[in-house]
Amino acid sequence: MAVESITGAVPAAGGSARLSARGVAVGYGARPVIDGLDVAIPPGVVTTIIGPNGCGKSTLLRTLSRLLKPTSGTVVLDGEDIAGLRTRDVAKKLGLLPQAPVAPEGLTVSDLVARGRHPHQSWLRQWSSDDAAVVGRALAMTGVADLADRPVDSLSGGQRQRVWISMTLAQGTDLLLLDEPTTYLDLAHAIDVLDLVDDLHESGCTVVMVLHDLNLATRYSDNLVVMRDGAILAQGHPREVITAELLHEAFGLRAKVIDDPVGDRPLIVPIGRAHVELDPVSAELAQ
Amino acid sequence: MRPGGTAVKVPVAPGVRLGGVSFVWRPWTAGVTVLLAAAAFLVFCLSIGVGDFPIGLPRVLATIAGRGEQVDEFVILDLRMPRALAGLVVGIALGVSGALTQSIARNPLASPDVLGITSGAGAVAVFLVTASGGAATAVVDSVGLSAAALAGGLGTGLLVYFLAWRRGVDGLRLILIGVSVTAVMQAVTTWLLVTADIRDVARAQAWLVGSLDNRSWDEVRVALWCTLVLLAVVSCAAFQFKPMHFGDEIAAGLGVRYAAVRAVLLLCAVLLAGVAVSAAGPVPFVALVAPQVAMRLARCPTPPLVASGMVGALLLTGSDLVARTALPVSLPVGVVTAAIGGPFLVYLLVRANRR
Repeated sequence: MAVESITGAVPAAGGSARLSARGVAVGYGARPVIDGLDVAIPPGVVTTIIGPNGCGKSTLLRTLSRLLKPTSGTVVLDGEDIAGLRTRDVAKKLGLLPQAPVAPEGLTVSDLVARGRHPHQSWLRQWSSDDAAVVGRALAMTGVADLADRPVDSLSGGQRQRVWISMTLAQGTDLLLLDEPTTYLDLAHAIDVLDLVDDLHESGCTVVMVLHDLNLATRYSDNLVVMRDGAILAQGHPREVITAELLHEAFGLRAKVIDDPVGDRPLIVPIGRAHVELDPVSAELAQ
Repeated sequence: MRPGGTAVKVPVAPGVRLGGVSFVWRPWTAGVTVLLAAAAFLVFCLSIGVGDFPIGLPRVLATIAGRGEQVDEFVILDLRMPRALAGLVVGIALGVSGALTQSIARNPLASPDVLGITSGAGAVAVFLVTASGGAATAVVDSVGLSAAALAGGLGTGLLVYFLAWRRGVDGLRLILIGVSVTAVMQAVTTWLLVTADIRDVARAQAWLVGSLDNRSWDEVRVALWCTLVLLAVVSCAAFQFKPMHFGDEIAAGLGVRYAAVRAVLLLCAVLLAGVAVSAAGPVPFVALVAPQVAMRLARCPTPPLVASGMVGALLLTGSDLVARTALPVSLPVGVVTAAIGGPFLVYLLVRANRR
């Protein structure tokens, strides 16, 4: 399949990591959330960071995007220390979508997506024909071109999330960092947004996201990063990483991992106390 | 879904492009802004014509263009122009200042009145007028009451900003601290007025109501130049501010150094409000209502800077005209700005609800 980014440029070749963290320590105030963590984001795949609440997933994503400055260690973007780059240059290479962003009331979809061109604009050059063309493609790629004149606040949650992703695409980057893109969405809209993420992956984008739903993370990513207490517990393809033991270690969750009846990925069936009927062998396995 | 190499026809905003310069073309917003500017200029000219010696609009226009008679020139340029120009400048400064503070706080309640700038300037002015000490008199003699009030407004505005600072500025926190500081400043003002000598109180009251009476060319010239310089800074920084309507994180993701941009623009907003207060006293409500009216007239999702300035100028010059002509008693302009601006904003809000 022809790989093509939104600007028509061929993405950086080679198997080396687009984005990596080396020995980073980050914290809010004096409390370290992450201490001495190493991670490499492979190019051209969907990487999902999972882990229990408060384990530092979002902190890691925010550090990778330079929203947070590490107290020690470095983040490397395409071979360069991200701390030494200009904010604008980072924005041209890396698109970031924070959790639950809010648009001003009445702002139209096309105006919101157009704002994604900001890193390429200047005081005198606020709306070039390049800008218009890239915004057009970003709207089309995310399937929101028909909604271009609608106010963002009149859309459903799933459509709104598509619009925000469209804005980060309009930055002209093929490296997207999404912080819980499915928060507040019902399952159908969550699937809709993740299908879009998969489309972007198919067209050559590298995606890093934080997800809460483990089965969606397993279904939609090629690389899982499992975190606990600010450290990485396991990393790799979902088929290799997701086991009952790991889920217990990471989340303290009793679960059974079975083959997905509709796909080739593992499926996690959580075991709580209510309405569970286990045969003795499975019960023992699940312990 | 495929991006492909073919040109996709999609509805994005049209642009104006000349060489390397390009802008988004929004006919409605541009048209409304031009109309507002024309209306403000018309009221400005009408206001100049009104008085004990009435002058018709054609003669006012001719005199402004430099082709008037000598008598008209004296009355218009020397006597009436400072007052009218002060109204225009103060209105623009307040409108832009309000648009900036409301955008920065992402909250329509955040106007310079709420953020303590006006009340701080008022408290300092009243203190200097009522204090009978040698130091206060010396301050007023050396820098003038207006400059001292300006310093008081700036000091209070900066105090609110630093108190509200906690790893960034949260709009609601900024407003709450602004309201608290305003309350303290108003208490101080009231206390000074209650305990002061009655003749000083009259002078202080005259300053506190906000008025355009008896402006001199010197005062207006200072206000005009300060406002022009500040507007130049604002227009340079405004482009970087655009993504900040979506919050700090989105702005950072789009390559904006948001803390620096916000600090510069908030300082400009505080200075603009301070210049307005020192030129006309604390005229209430213009900075709050002008950006909201401009947003609705120009159909923008966020307060438009230029249109807000024009609405501010129109509101202030219009109110001054009404205060001087339509009412049996001469009222301070501040009373009329609130009386006209408030109902008009309510009308726009009610009409939007019914749509």
